[in-house]
Amino acid sequence: MKIELHKKLTHLMETAIYIRDIKGEDFCDIQTLIEKLLEVHQNFYSYSVEELKSFIESTNQKIEFLLQKAEETLTPYEIVKIVRHPQRITLQDILENVYDNYMELGGDKEINLDPAIVCAKAMLIRKVDNELYFHQVMVIGHEKGHGEEYRQGGSAKPWGNEKALRYMKMAETEGIPIHFFIFTPGAYPIEDYPGAAQQIAKNLYYMAGLKVPTISFISEGGSGGAEAIGLTDFRLMAEKGYYSVISPEGAAAIEANLKEGRPPRELVEKCANFLKLTSYDNLKLGTIDRIVPEPPLGARKKDFDFFRRLKVELIKATDEIVLQTKSLKMFRKYVLSKQDSENFKFYVDWDLTEDEREILLENRIKKYRKISKWAVYEPKSIMKSFMEVGHNLSLKVKNEIKYKILKQGQKSFKKFLSELSSESSVILKPVSDPVKTVYNLIVGKKLKPRIGSQYIPEETTPYESPLALEDKTVSCPQGEKYGCPDLWVPDLYGEFCGVCPNCNYHFPLEYTWYLNNIFDKGSIRTFNDEISSTDPLNFAGYSEKLREAKENTGVNSALLSFEAKIGGISLIAVMLIGDFRQGTVGVAEGEKFIRAIEIAKITRRPFLALVHSTGGIRIHEGTLGVIQMPRCTIAVRDYVEAGGLYIVVYDNNSYAGPVASFLGSAPYQFALRSTRLGFAGPRVIRETTGQDVPPDYHSAENALKRGHIQGIWDRRELRKKIFTALLTMGGQNLYYR
Amino acid sequence: MEINFNQLNEILKNLKAHPFKIYPVLTPHTGYLREFKVKEGDRVSGPSGKWLEKPGTPLFVLEREKNLKVIKAKIDGIVKNLKLDLLDKFVEAEEIVLEIQHPLSQEEVISEILLSTLYIIRAPETARYILSPSLLQRIEKQGLGKVKVKKGDELLIMSFMKREVPIYFEEEGSFIIYKLYFSPFEVVPAEKPLIGLCPEKDLPYLEKIIKRIKEEWS
Repeated sequence: MKIELHKKLTHLMETAIYIRDIKGEDFCDIQTLIEKLLEVHQNFYSYSVEELKSFIESTNQKIEFLLQKAEETLTPYEIVKIVRHPQRITLQDILENVYDNYMELGGDKEINLDPAIVCAKAMLIRKVDNELYFHQVMVIGHEKGHGEEYRQGGSAKPWGNEKALRYMKMAETEGIPIHFFIFTPGAYPIEDYPGAAQQIAKNLYYMAGLKVPTISFISEGGSGGAEAIGLTDFRLMAEKGYYSVISPEGAAAIEANLKEGRPPRELVEKCANFLKLTSYDNLKLGTIDRIVPEPPLGARKKDFDFFRRLKVELIKATDEIVLQTKSLKMFRKYVLSKQDSENFKFYVDWDLTEDEREILLENRIKKYRKISKWAVYEPKSIMKSFMEVGHNLSLKVKNEIKYKILKQGQKSFKKFLSELSSESSVILKPVSDPVKTVYNLIVGKKLKPRIGSQYIPEETTPYESPLALEDKTVSCPQGEKYGCPDLWVPDLYGEFCGVCPNCNYHFPLEYTWYLNNIFDKGSIRTFNDEISSTDPLNFAGYSEKLREAKENTGVNSALLSFEAKIGGISLIAVMLIGDFRQGTVGVAEGEKFIRAIEIAKITRRPFLALVHSTGGIRIHEGTLGVIQMPRCTIAVRDYVEAGGLYIVVYDNNSYAGPVASFLGSAPYQFALRSTRLGFAGPRVIRETTGQDVPPDYHSAENALKRGHIQGIWDRRELRKKIFTALLTMGGQNLYYR
Repeated sequence: MEINFNQLNEILKNLKAHPFKIYPVLTPHTGYLREFKVKEGDRVSGPSGKWLEKPGTPLFVLEREKNLKVIKAKIDGIVKNLKLDLLDKFVEAEEIVLEIQHPLSQEEVISEILLSTLYIIRAPETARYILSPSLLQRIEKQGLGKVKVKKGDELLIMSFMKREVPIYFEEEGSFIIYKLYFSPFEVVPAEKPLIGLCPEKDLPYLEKIIKRIKEEWS
């Protein structure tokens, strides 16, 4: 009897301490309650059973009341504290309590490739009218508890994400759904092979085409680390979870412009409010699909009701994704049945046929295309948008006919002819030659100028950089090391293309230099200029900063999309410009990127992404910014799978989100000598890992060494290099399949 | 080959009187000296950090063709002989603007003394050097300062592009290997010291001197 009471008392004490941890010591006199509980706990055996019973009864009521009250006044920053609390559920608890059976793969506690990522094969049992059905699933997720000392708080290293990718592939081979559990404050920002950013990009690219249903559950969704296993068909989120572009502390450090040290507490709380990181905010923004309700102040390790609830939600979500691919009627029936308890009314087979897998992928593309579309600000008249839709449609039809029907027919006929004439040329030449002549007569043998044999014409009137107008000299920063002479500014920014002729040091240049020096004169035609960066989260002070940036640069977003020509080769290109909010990516940039790559796909042209500079995902747009990572990556995959040629050229600062998704997933990535390429900057690395990194840690040379990029280019021959790359990678018709 | 004790005493006396080394800071090129960033007697520091990534203290600004170049300190020390009269004047290249008085530490003094007293074997070519296997074995067993060598002993193997050349000891008398200046397989530029040897009979005196320096320069 007394043991039971002791247990209850201990539980009450834990809860009280938990409330204090979350709400602070000043909350409703919680400290005195804890002291009283402690006192009773210590002198437990000096109280009689009746005394204890009544004490526990009254305290229990009090704590229930406090929990309720705490829940009502919960602030976003307190939610962050809930998520980080050691009593919070972790993946191990879910594996044990939600799944009926599981086996961890490729890892045993600290004996593990990366203990922060746990992969397991698990079994789910579904009860339908007293009958049991077994489902196999692959479970992949972050683990931060059960051995905190070696889990790195759930921050996956590059090889941890690679492990996740490996088991995704395994699940795809076996055709079983994957459940992802996101419990990470962010990826571990080290650049060992193949680099944090590159591995996340690889994961995203692969997940965009995974041919099995994927469900994710977000409890702690920290930006890039979360996305590494977060591109899924259905996104569940814990009610007291957070999903954010950056930790509130990180946002506060950026807002306060801190180089070192901790940001003030008030600013951190303010940033937590502005970032809109709670589950309800995210549901409103459309970045998640459903919320899994939690008990007051969040689910802890012993909340078995929550685990039951989570199991139902996981099965339901998987069912819905599977049924969407099967038949609309079944899906409708399922949704209408309002499945809510553990006793299921249906059994749904999670195996997909080949056709259904294709539908699954289509649904995924459509789903991500729609997310955050509401936040795109595009002022134009109905007439204009109507015209545009018509124009796009006609373009599509025209190109479909041109490439799919005409070209395909021509190609196969030509192939047939060449095979015929080469294999049995001796016998059949008299026969095939007249046919060929007739064919050429009908189709019209055009003497097309072969692009491959053409050399690239030099620009006759070079563009003059505004930087070159000053009459003075500057010293090369590497001058002391290499003994470079001082450079006269008009020479440096004119003839030398901003490169020190002695040591090849690249001085930074404005983005217009690239536009004018890479592409053919007068060939650039920008489109979607009117899509403009806005302030969807009402982040304090952001609107003014945006307006300032727009006034200073004269563009509406950090991404320019245009069609242009290089040496006569027509292509679609985008450019991230560093002058506009450090080239950060938000909703407008993501949307413009997707539209540009879609046009490249329709018109079957090569796609070039130039990075003048990018600082990552724009934190002021919260998860709407983060969601651009999977969105754009899906568009990239769609384009590349269709046979497109996608080339990325980095320069200056190329960091974080974009590099870890739609830029990093390019098959061909090149960097100029002046590039600093990586996942996180030196300050973030120092703060998260506690280690200093060498000054050349992010250099292009190191990126090449670890296999991130395919080559380092000199700025002086950038135009020539891109031209050659287009020809060699793209082949004769610049469209390689 | 013997240690010249008179010379050694002279060096020691000099070092005691001036326990620092003077590094003059020269102008790298012509130009106008626009600003002094330091005052006489200021303490300046050279590049620091694990990779020497933090530049040294700015000393003065030199302008040529509207290019303001800040000259920074390359070594720790105290600013001396600051030529304030050069301010806003045209200076030629390699003109001394100030001097940095670099206080010598105990290790620096000892190495200075050793370099001037020991019999030094220098690298004949830019190459990789390793100790001869037998010598290496003896040093591992007995430690530095104990191994004796005499004329004709094989000391080192010079290795470059798969070409290996032994280096023999050529001095008469019995010597003790006192200090190694290189690490195995490191490329040593020509004329850099490789091994410091001390005549056997002078060893006790040298050790006494070093002990004295260690006590005095704390």
